Amino acid sequence: MTRTPLLEVEHLTMRFGGLVAIDDVSFSCAAHEITAIIGPNGAGKTTVFNCLTGFYKPSVGRLTLHGRDKDHLLERMEGFRIARVAGIARTFQNIRLFAGMTLLENLLVAQHNQLMAASFFSISGLLGLPRYRKAEREAIDAARYWLDRIGLLAAADNTAASLPYGDQRRLEIARAMCTKPRLLCLDEPAAGLNPMESARLNDFLVSLRRDHDTSILLIEHDMSVVMAISDHIVVLDYGRKIAEGAPSAIRENPEVIRAYLGADDDETLPGAPP
Amino acid sequence: MAYFLQQLINGLTLGAIYGLIALGYTMVYGIIGMINFAHGDVFMVGAFLSLISFVVLSQLGLNSAVLAIVVALLFSMGFAAVYGWTIERIAYRPLRGSFRLAPLISAIGVSIFLQNFVQLAQGARPKSVLPLFHGGFILYRADGFDVRLSYLQVVIMILTAVLMVAFTLLIQKTSLGRAQRACEQDRGMAALLGVNVDRTISLTFVIGAMLAAVAGLMFDLYYGVIDFFIGFLAGIQAFTAAVLGGIGSLPGAILGGLLIGLIQSFWSAYFSVEYKDVAVFVILVLVLIFRPSGLLGRPEIEKV
Amino acid sequence: MRALRDGGLAGLVTLVLTLPIVGLRTVAAPEGLHVVPQIRSVVTIVLLAAAARFGIGLWASRPRASRPPGKGNAAIGRWVGGLGLLAAIVLPFVGSGYVTDLGINILIYVMLGWGLNIVVGLAGLLDLGYVAFYGVGAYTFGLLSSDFGWSFWEALPLCGLFAAGFGVTLGFPVLRLRGDYLAIVTLGFGEIIREVLLNWGVVTNGPNGINGIPKPSFFGLPFSRYAPDGGTTFADFFHLTFNPSQRQIYLYFVILAMALMTNFFTLRIRRLPIGRAWEALREDEIACRALGINATNVKLSAFGIGAMFGGFAGAFFAARMGFISPESFNFGESALILAIVVLGGLGSQLGIVLAAIGLVSFSEIARSLADLGGGLGGLIPANFGDYRMLLFGAAMVAIMVTRPRGLLSQRHPSVLLGSVAP
Repeated sequence: MTRTPLLEVEHLTMRFGGLVAIDDVSFSCAAHEITAIIGPNGAGKTTVFNCLTGFYKPSVGRLTLHGRDKDHLLERMEGFRIARVAGIARTFQNIRLFAGMTLLENLLVAQHNQLMAASFFSISGLLGLPRYRKAEREAIDAARYWLDRIGLLAAADNTAASLPYGDQRRLEIARAMCTKPRLLCLDEPAAGLNPMESARLNDFLVSLRRDHDTSILLIEHDMSVVMAISDHIVVLDYGRKIAEGAPSAIRENPEVIRAYLGADDDETLPGAPP
Repeated sequence: MAYFLQQLINGLTLGAIYGLIALGYTMVYGIIGMINFAHGDVFMVGAFLSLISFVVLSQLGLNSAVLAIVVALLFSMGFAAVYGWTIERIAYRPLRGSFRLAPLISAIGVSIFLQNFVQLAQGARPKSVLPLFHGGFILYRADGFDVRLSYLQVVIMILTAVLMVAFTLLIQKTSLGRAQRACEQDRGMAALLGVNVDRTISLTFVIGAMLAAVAGLMFDLYYGVIDFFIGFLAGIQAFTAAVLGGIGSLPGAILGGLLIGLIQSFWSAYFSVEYKDVAVFVILVLVLIFRPSGLLGRPEIEKV
Repeated sequence: MRALRDGGLAGLVTLVLTLPIVGLRTVAAPEGLHVVPQIRSVVTIVLLAAAARFGIGLWASRPRASRPPGKGNAAIGRWVGGLGLLAAIVLPFVGSGYVTDLGINILIYVMLGWGLNIVVGLAGLLDLGYVAFYGVGAYTFGLLSSDFGWSFWEALPLCGLFAAGFGVTLGFPVLRLRGDYLAIVTLGFGEIIREVLLNWGVVTNGPNGINGIPKPSFFGLPFSRYAPDGGTTFADFFHLTFNPSQRQIYLYFVILAMALMTNFFTLRIRRLPIGRAWEALREDEIACRALGINATNVKLSAFGIGAMFGGFAGAFFAARMGFISPESFNFGESALILAIVVLGGLGSQLGIVLAAIGLVSFSEIARSLADLGGGLGGLIPANFGDYRMLLFGAAMVAIMVTRPRGLLSQRHPSVLLGSVAP
């Protein structure tokens, strides 16, 4: 099987003052695959996301997203343009919904750019011209589709803050999908979910990849999620890449086992007396 | 050259006053992340407190300058501290953790209240203070122009330096300072570790108010005229100083204060008096655009 | 018991606070200042504070029944809005000249409140210098009329545009700043504009201001006893006897129409993508950026549009007063407009109207109470009017502390799925 790369990360390095959060990391995500970044706490996973989505400017490195007709150099783009032009959408570790707005509104905000174009700087919107009405209807239909997909259609007019935690996570994914992304970046989507919810999430993510032209890059701690759905895994430890490959290979990799279970020389188990 | 030197001295004196007010802004911002909009008015109250103590002393027939300064310092710092404490208790504490505009708007309310309170209690007319110190050193003489350093300016600079040192020691060496720094980093964690967060925040306001009261005393002596409105402009200048120095940084507040004082004094001397406040605001905007963390502040990393 | 103790404590603290500032009043005398003790005032204030704290303590400790959140608030709001509009239309015909004048005043603040609401209430940007745009609008019209002889209706669009241009130019560098920095910078801009108006005498005529600004005409028909150069006046045209109140009533309807236009615009734009983006930005800017929204542009649009309405209101103010000077555009005005928006409930159009009526008529009532001169058996002090701003500041704190989101703070969704056919 040949992998057509969608995203290529080359020699990514991120320093904060003297602290090196990411040290010369390279990997790639293939189109129509689910790639997972795993690693212990503080390995620099979220920092990779923040570099990819333009919240941080990387100190060194090249981040290329192969677009439909041209390549986008992400390290040179402003954050909002990465989402708008390159088509990278993301979710956040500590969910960032528009809490006071309804579910439907959350999903409409995600379609801001196309609606904005249709409303011609709000002018045809203010006048209520048919072109804008049509665009708005389509946007609402898209929102309805996604609300249905995540099983929250009945709650469409409730505020996002009123949802339980697991539903908020799914709403955030649906909101990201409303931007029609090429690459969907999920920051610990299974955090705080119970085993049943996390199994449902697995199915949902797999179906996303199947039904839409979207690849997924995810950060996850929950190995049941990672091993079950990912095609490709990147392992980070202390800001460095220590392994990369298919789930089966990662499972056997001695470096990875050492990073997760601790090195031989400090073999203290939690709870054991020193 | 002589003229330049004189402006330098005047600017530094003015800057010392701004710096002391700026400390109050920067400490409060550091610990609870809000702009204490009413701080300038606490400074104004402090100026009135020392004015009142001067008048009372002279009415009692005590005319020693040193005694007047000491009494006014204790009097204004003591009462201003209660003002600082009360403001935090009534207007800010109930809003901790509320949505972010609420404490700022509450602070504007406090500011309006204090201005009108003092106006009602003490009258709207400007009050003048008789000069306590006369004379000074003549540092330098050229082309018939004397560069003067008045005793008053010496007192102001020494007082500022002493307070700055005392203050740095307080923050670095005492348990209060440690608690304060802990609350700055993480209030929730500090509370879990047994730091009395409410008390620490209250004390921060109390200290800020005391420093503002000292600045008020200096303002009395230096300008000789005060009214209920001085807090507004001085507050904005001092806030600009705090931002310029890097908000949250104590040496930054003093540095910023000195710079603002110098800018104002040189601007008035060489350009025009009219636009000296405009100059300060333009600098504030430029700093915020090009170096939002100020001169000595730590750059902020956006947490996502 | 607890209430009693708190009351005592409050009294004690108040005693310390008021003893020097109130108790030792400095009075100017020929030989310099001297102190006049005011023991009675201190005792009165301390007792009042203690009683107030005691009362609050009792109130807070009462048993409370939890109330279910009200349903159908939107419908009630529409009813109140409709009735209010009806009352506003009838008012000048049934009320006296004084009432109409007060109505014009209130409507100016309603319009300013609605304009600022776009910036603060919807987009969540704290603007402490809104009065600057009001001033720009007023001076634009003042200068256009006095230097170039433009009429109100000719100048009005330009006043709005000019204010919006100012908003965008000033906003561009600073809108990237965090919220509280933005507040101080806008405050600074407000003061800069005032200083420039004061000191740039060649253009603005400095502290003397601009005089003789013409009133708006009714499609070219002036409201005067005799038309200039033999034209027709409003009264002639409609075969009415000339009455100065006609002009006043007309002014009232002009500002009513302008305010309603602002309201209509806001209600409409809230349902458009840009309006939703404003609200989303208020909720979470980082999420907005991650969704491809250019936060700076969105903020700028809110800032510019808010400024535009401020400019319109400023032009009206200039036309109505006939005279403007820099002193009309001080920070106190900005604070009052902000207070109207915040007390009314951020984002609530109806709340802003109520707050504007409350705050503007509050000062009027305070003034008339002062005229009563120690009326009601000396219960109200003779100089009650002086307490106006004091109470105003205290009310701002009290409302923030008790209802941080304002009086009417319920948000209505901009779109409901239930209302759209699948």
